[in-house]
Amino acid sequence: MSYPGLIAETLSFFKGHNGDTGEAYYARPGQSGRVPGVVVIHHAPGWDEWITEVVRKFAHHGYASIAPHLYFREGPGTPDDVGARVRAAGGVSDDSVIGDVKGAMEFLRSQPNSNGKVGVIGFCSGGRHAYLAGCKLSGIDAVVDCWGGSVIVDDPKQLNAKRPVAPIDLTEKLTAPLLGIFGNDDQNPNRDQVNRTEEALKKLGKSYEFHRYDGAGHAFFNSTRTAFRAEQAADGWNKVFAFYRKHLATTA
Amino acid sequence: MCSYIVEKAAIAGSAKGPRGWMRIDTANVYYDHPYDAPFDHALCVDFVSEADGGMERVAVELSRESALALIEKIQAALASGDAAHAVPSDEAESCERSSLVGSQTEVARLF
Repeated sequence: MSYPGLIAETLSFFKGHNGDTGEAYYARPGQSGRVPGVVVIHHAPGWDEWITEVVRKFAHHGYASIAPHLYFREGPGTPDDVGARVRAAGGVSDDSVIGDVKGAMEFLRSQPNSNGKVGVIGFCSGGRHAYLAGCKLSGIDAVVDCWGGSVIVDDPKQLNAKRPVAPIDLTEKLTAPLLGIFGNDDQNPNRDQVNRTEEALKKLGKSYEFHRYDGAGHAFFNSTRTAFRAEQAADGWNKVFAFYRKHLATTA
Repeated sequence: MCSYIVEKAAIAGSAKGPRGWMRIDTANVYYDHPYDAPFDHALCVDFVSEADGGMERVAVELSRESALALIEKIQAALASGDAAHAVPSDEAESCERSSLVGSQTEVARLF
């Protein structure tokens, strides 16, 4: 057997929220043929090396994938320094992230090898953003929320001008099928919050599947962290790819 | 968890980064996912100069245990430094007496 090749690069002309132009990491399979796309949303610390690995993983599995640098507006510097500035300023606004995800979806669909289908996946705070995107954007074919914290907001003080709404309160507007991946030892979201999210989805008749893993906490896919759980992560990735095969495959 | 919780401390001093020394006026302190350190959570401190726009920083990401150990060592260093740098009480009295001995002119006559 042989492994398929892929092409990966940083784009400097990614067009995001408000038409602002910045960087995004983009990878796609090397072989010809139409492919689905996946937008990857990074976590709060920033646009890091692990996120580029995730983008290449999708390309390796036959998807065109893009991870916009959600903090590119915050001036020059390395992604970690820019991420620190964003944190000190209270984080990035939901509107900005949703606009960037929309721009990333449009980019993927505009590529000549696109099959027209686009999924969104996010990790940690990016999982929350993925859930939010599923509720606020039209045209997403499948959403994956990996342990997104603060989808449910129990303390109203967490809401502010940048994050004015708890994503759970927008669940009625969710149009895309949703896959949720969670560790049962996670504290944000904790088991109760995951259960309440599932209850809301069930009550509203949404298409979803949730997978909960024992022996895993937050960020257990991330091989650069002690939170990494090889067995649970392998099964979780299988669930992600099965979900995207189901919802993003080219229709005849 | 990913959060945006930050404790801001007003400080005064300097920090040395890749471009040399810089004046700092703020420490942004948080306990969350680090960017580089191989821990799930780390005590992170970004030393910045907000007065200069806060564009550069000197950063550390520490394990919880080492952060707590560092707090103890900072306190110990301050305590021992305070003790070492304090002017002994008899020396202080001597200085006080010396200053009462004579005028500047009288002292200058000795040289």
